[in-house]
Amino acid sequence: MPGKMVVGYDGSPAARRALDYAVAAAKAQNASLVIAHVLEWSPYSFLTKEEVEERHMRRTQELERAETHVIGPVREKLEKSGLGIETAIRYGHSAEILLKIASDTGGTQIVVGRDGNGGLAARMFGSTAGTLVQIATLPCTIVP
Amino acid sequence: MFKRFVAALAAWPLLALPALAQDEPVGGIDATINQIFADYTGWYVALIFADLPGTNFSWIALWLVVAALIFTFYFGFIQLKGFAHSIKLVKGDYSDPNDAGEVSHFQALATALSGTVGLGNIAGVAVAIGIGGPGATFWMIIAGLFGMATKFTECTLGVKYRNEYPDGTVSGGPMYYMVKGFKERGLPGGSVMAVLFCFFTILGALGGGNMFQANQAHSQIANVVGEFPGFITGIVLAVIVWLVIAGGLKSIAKVTEKVVPFMGIFYVIVSLLILIMNYDMILWAFGQIFVGAFTGLGVVGGFTGALIQGFRRAAFSNEAGIGSAAIAHSAVRTKEPVTEGYVALLEPFIDTVVICTMTALVIVITGVLNLDPETGLYVWNSEAGRISTEGEVQGVALTSAAYARALPWFPVLLMVAVVLFAFSTMLSWSYYGLKAWTYLFGEGKVKELIFKFIFCVFIVIGAAASLGPVIDFSDAMLFSMAVVNVIALYLLMPIVRGELDHYVKRLRSGEIKKFN
Repeated sequence: MPGKMVVGYDGSPAARRALDYAVAAAKAQNASLVIAHVLEWSPYSFLTKEEVEERHMRRTQELERAETHVIGPVREKLEKSGLGIETAIRYGHSAEILLKIASDTGGTQIVVGRDGNGGLAARMFGSTAGTLVQIATLPCTIVP
Repeated sequence: MFKRFVAALAAWPLLALPALAQDEPVGGIDATINQIFADYTGWYVALIFADLPGTNFSWIALWLVVAALIFTFYFGFIQLKGFAHSIKLVKGDYSDPNDAGEVSHFQALATALSGTVGLGNIAGVAVAIGIGGPGATFWMIIAGLFGMATKFTECTLGVKYRNEYPDGTVSGGPMYYMVKGFKERGLPGGSVMAVLFCFFTILGALGGGNMFQANQAHSQIANVVGEFPGFITGIVLAVIVWLVIAGGLKSIAKVTEKVVPFMGIFYVIVSLLILIMNYDMILWAFGQIFVGAFTGLGVVGGFTGALIQGFRRAAFSNEAGIGSAAIAHSAVRTKEPVTEGYVALLEPFIDTVVICTMTALVIVITGVLNLDPETGLYVWNSEAGRISTEGEVQGVALTSAAYARALPWFPVLLMVAVVLFAFSTMLSWSYYGLKAWTYLFGEGKVKELIFKFIFCVFIVIGAAASLGPVIDFSDAMLFSMAVVNVIALYLLMPIVRGELDHYVKRLRSGEIKKFN
């Protein structure tokens, strides 16, 4: 059975490297791709009254922007590659949602990029790649 | 927020006036404005705060308590039966993952709470206990528990009858359910009531939601750093508020919105810490509260004194029935209006039953109230009309003294908290006021800026001047909101009942399913 790779993609240089790697690997393994974009979101953060009021509008805008500027161009570019491509745009915690997308779409492995900043911020707040390694139930590839 | 101005409302002759009077030098114009207001609006203020014949229990407090009782029975003790479901909703158990990115129930609750938890939980309780004795706490809790049903009713209606606009934003609140709900039930007068409600809301926002806050923030700062002219505080606050509401400096609002909840949580933790330090006295304190609820423990007025103070504080403090919560909650996008009601009923619980009780227990346990060792009764200071305390303080100062006994650094923290709470309350009420303003005058950049400018001018006036009658009048406006709103709630409660029955039925049948 051909595999399905879930690639975390946010348009950053690290994400592009991950995508390039996944495309090459998918071609070699005859696998298909799920390009997943996660908009970081916690239902437990605090909002002002105006933010509450405008949230639905902003969410719609954010989803549109994600589609036209992040996922759309990639889908277009890869359409000619002959690979099976699915896309997903979701809200939530990046690592958790990537896993969720993998289980929803029947993914067999996850590919994410890493920006290589092992600084204080990453230590304090964790990184998507780091968290993913901790909680993943599927094989993960971290592309440096 | 309500608690804040209400805190001083009861303490008015004792606390707020002296605090205001300190700024007397601003002088002449104040006196004139005061006189004009007193002459023309005094009768209205007297009417709103009139006591029931032969008691010192104002009818407006009874109005809110009776409403809470009626809603409690009408919805079959929804606050007990629905409590567990409320918690599950806030936890996100019923949230569809596909709606992630929309405002969650938790966020709706936190945003609404940040507008209500404040100085009233700190000062209002101290006022109630100072006058009514520890027993007032018992009645405050009882009234808070019943007030949960009022919140449930108004917030469900707020969501059900809100307006949704093509750009995705929403506007809601009592004015919308008055018009649309009345129409649906074929009742007349909806639009007249909506206009009245908005009129009261605008004036209430400028007074209790603004001038009073600025005034208390200033007197609290002056308490810690020493006396200085109030207009300085006023101008600084006004500039910051203006930058936030008109200048689009959202980051300040965001910071406030994030810090205030932590302030509240920290307050509860500190209270718990003091209770743990005095764990051997907790049972005794509860004993004082229960015994005091029915005997008064030497407090003049005894049982009724405790009851009246407790009811007043709670009815005035959790904002249930005023209609402001309905405006705040209506902006939340949810498929089921009832779920927002379920979430909102937690507000009086957290605000009154949890946080106010913390303050009450600490005040009782730390022994700042003077107790006669021989009789076991509280020493009554008949001159001040309240229980004698160390240094004869009351209001915020009493709470501050109680906490300082256990934690000497607490007063400084309290100052920061009071200023932040006052600031977040001003932002909340500028929002409520603007909603009412745009309802009356229509939306538009210039129209909105006019309101925002007026709002900021009133901050300076509130901080600088001693405008007792003006603030009395705007307080009366806030309670007028409750008069109009509760009438609408009575008339529309069958609709809420229909929504609730329909929801519970689908919940039982499994049509509404859990996601987590």
